[in-house]
Amino acid sequence: MDLLRISTAGSVDDGKSTLIGRLLYDNNALTKEQEELIEKKTAEKGLQDLDFSVITDGLIAEREQGITIDVAHIYFSTQDRKFIIADSPGHVEYTRNMVTGASNAEASIILIDARKGLLEQSYRHYFISQLLRLHTVVFCVNKMDLVNYDEDVFLKIAAEVKQMTAQFEHSTPEIQIIPISSLKGDNVVFPSGETSWYQGPTLNEVLHEISSKKEDEKPFRFEVQNVLHVQNEEFVDFRGYAGKVASGSIKKGDEVVVLPSGNKSTVKEIRKYDRTFDEANAGESIVLSLNDDIDASRGTVFSLPDEAPSSDKTLDATLVWLNEQKGVFGGRYQLQASSRTVQAKLQQIHYVVPPEKPSLKVDASELKLNDISRVSFKLAQPLFVDAYANNKANGAFIVIDTQTNNTVAVGFVE
Amino acid sequence: MSVQKHLQTLEEESIYIIREVAAQFQKPVLLFSGGKDSITMAHLAKKAFYPAKIPFPFLHIDTGHNFPETIEFRDKLMDELGVELIVRYVQDSIDQNKVKEETGKYASRNSLQTVTLLDAIEELGYDACLGGARRDEEKSRAKERIFSVRDDFGQWDAKMQRPELFQILNGKINFGENVRAFPISNWTEEDVWNYIEREELELPSIYFAHERKMVKRDGSYLAHSSYLNLVESDEIVDKIVRFRTVGDMTCTAAVPSTADTIESVIRENKASKSSERGARIDDKRSESALELRKKGGYF
Repeated sequence: MDLLRISTAGSVDDGKSTLIGRLLYDNNALTKEQEELIEKKTAEKGLQDLDFSVITDGLIAEREQGITIDVAHIYFSTQDRKFIIADSPGHVEYTRNMVTGASNAEASIILIDARKGLLEQSYRHYFISQLLRLHTVVFCVNKMDLVNYDEDVFLKIAAEVKQMTAQFEHSTPEIQIIPISSLKGDNVVFPSGETSWYQGPTLNEVLHEISSKKEDEKPFRFEVQNVLHVQNEEFVDFRGYAGKVASGSIKKGDEVVVLPSGNKSTVKEIRKYDRTFDEANAGESIVLSLNDDIDASRGTVFSLPDEAPSSDKTLDATLVWLNEQKGVFGGRYQLQASSRTVQAKLQQIHYVVPPEKPSLKVDASELKLNDISRVSFKLAQPLFVDAYANNKANGAFIVIDTQTNNTVAVGFVE
Repeated sequence: MSVQKHLQTLEEESIYIIREVAAQFQKPVLLFSGGKDSITMAHLAKKAFYPAKIPFPFLHIDTGHNFPETIEFRDKLMDELGVELIVRYVQDSIDQNKVKEETGKYASRNSLQTVTLLDAIEELGYDACLGGARRDEEKSRAKERIFSVRDDFGQWDAKMQRPELFQILNGKINFGENVRAFPISNWTEEDVWNYIEREELELPSIYFAHERKMVKRDGSYLAHSSYLNLVESDEIVDKIVRFRTVGDMTCTAAVPSTADTIESVIRENKASKSSERGARIDDKRSESALELRKKGGYF
């Protein structure tokens, strides 16, 4: 069984929480307690259709206001697949939480209210999905029951979606547009009897068909998290580097270059707990030992000698600003990529992109909450990153405010 | 169909997080309750640093109302792992008049633990506490970050959570703040059991079917003990049961079961549609019970 991570996004009142409830309910994946709660709350509110939102809206403030404020993680499995859904808020001011939810996803679901069509948030959510280079984006045109399952309404919105996605240089490999009603259950898990004009798959079918990510051949990247020294009877003078293979693979005996020192050595041992291996691949947490005693500590990056990452001290990136406190031209920040941290200065704000018109480049001297911009940083030391488009696992970083320690932005290396 | 692939993904991710905690903080500690989730955490910590030793101590907040089997198991495991175990007692907080023992039928020391925990964090100067909480447990838990920043009163402010992107964990904090780190956030109850089976981990005996003197109350079975305030409607019965979750003896309900191996427990849990949190009487107090406790600094 494999694991698929999905994020959901939509504008306020698009019915995201209801969709997730419906997806779980029709997949028979709710617990007895959840089913009881739904029935109880539905009766309390005197509703005709089941109120699914009570399962995901986990905070008091969310239930009070009837909106989703923060990402909720929902876990369910079917016969064939295990899913983690990051249910993200729709409200404009919580867009940062949508980025958070989507950053670990392989696919995103964007909800559109059939009565309203695309809204500013829809553009923003798609922009973020394509910025993250998600493989699959599913647009669910929801509340079809409220427009009498009218095909024309659906086709008009589908055309708008196609127009939006076509504006981007990098288009999403797989785009699906599905007419649904979460409330009534049309085309979520079961095909609808009301949309005979629609021959495409249900949402559930799409979610089961998405190929869980198989990254192409990427250069080997490994970063040291901790250095392990051991001196005992079994391990004499053991020195190992604990870390996760970010991308690519490494074999015992391979020559590696160690950055920033630039020293070289060969791999002596690849260890996972009490077993050793000849090879390690992307995603594996390992302990690596070298044949030479060279300087390597937390944040040191290992790569193969002929495919080392960039050691530039200037970093060009696309930035999504995530904090109320504005980003300022000339401001000093800390950048963190995996476990590496460097001091940096926001040297240039080239332009800001409005999500609804990605070809537009607007001049800006500061970065406001939710702004998507193109910037350059000057770095105190190289960050040893790759372009995000080439290597997701080593191409993103966060921006940390040095006074508040808050994560104020996320960056994608250009 | 194999469950191994996604279990392996979860293990790699959790080890990465535990290593980050060890590296980013000056004085981390692992909160250990003796339950299956903290036993899983202890095992992951061992794997993360082997052949080196686990580089942080374990802290147990002892309510004094534990199952004796859990304490016995705890001490044995600490010996095997060779880690330092620090214990702080809710009884001491009561004796110092910092908290008042609850009274009545539903009296429990579960929510009193918060004060003892916050005092221990302050006394011992921990800047990060590793915990075995999972997002699938309860819907306010589903909102937690992996690194959850708390102020010096231990408070969780859901609206002020830091964005957490990719696997980049920002553990930078201001003076007085501390972080609760949850390496098994993305595991479900089923994953934990499957992992225990895969890794052949030992568990306290109360997780398996055994005969016990029980108190039948409001349709649930609670372990009979001197800590439980009995009322007239309570019925005392001998019953074959097991516990799905292990907390305070006064607020953890058992399930009638004959499952006495890991394999049969997994099978039985799968067939049942109830969640393990359903066995926690303290969460049943209201829909918002856990969120309210967390705002007050509860783990």
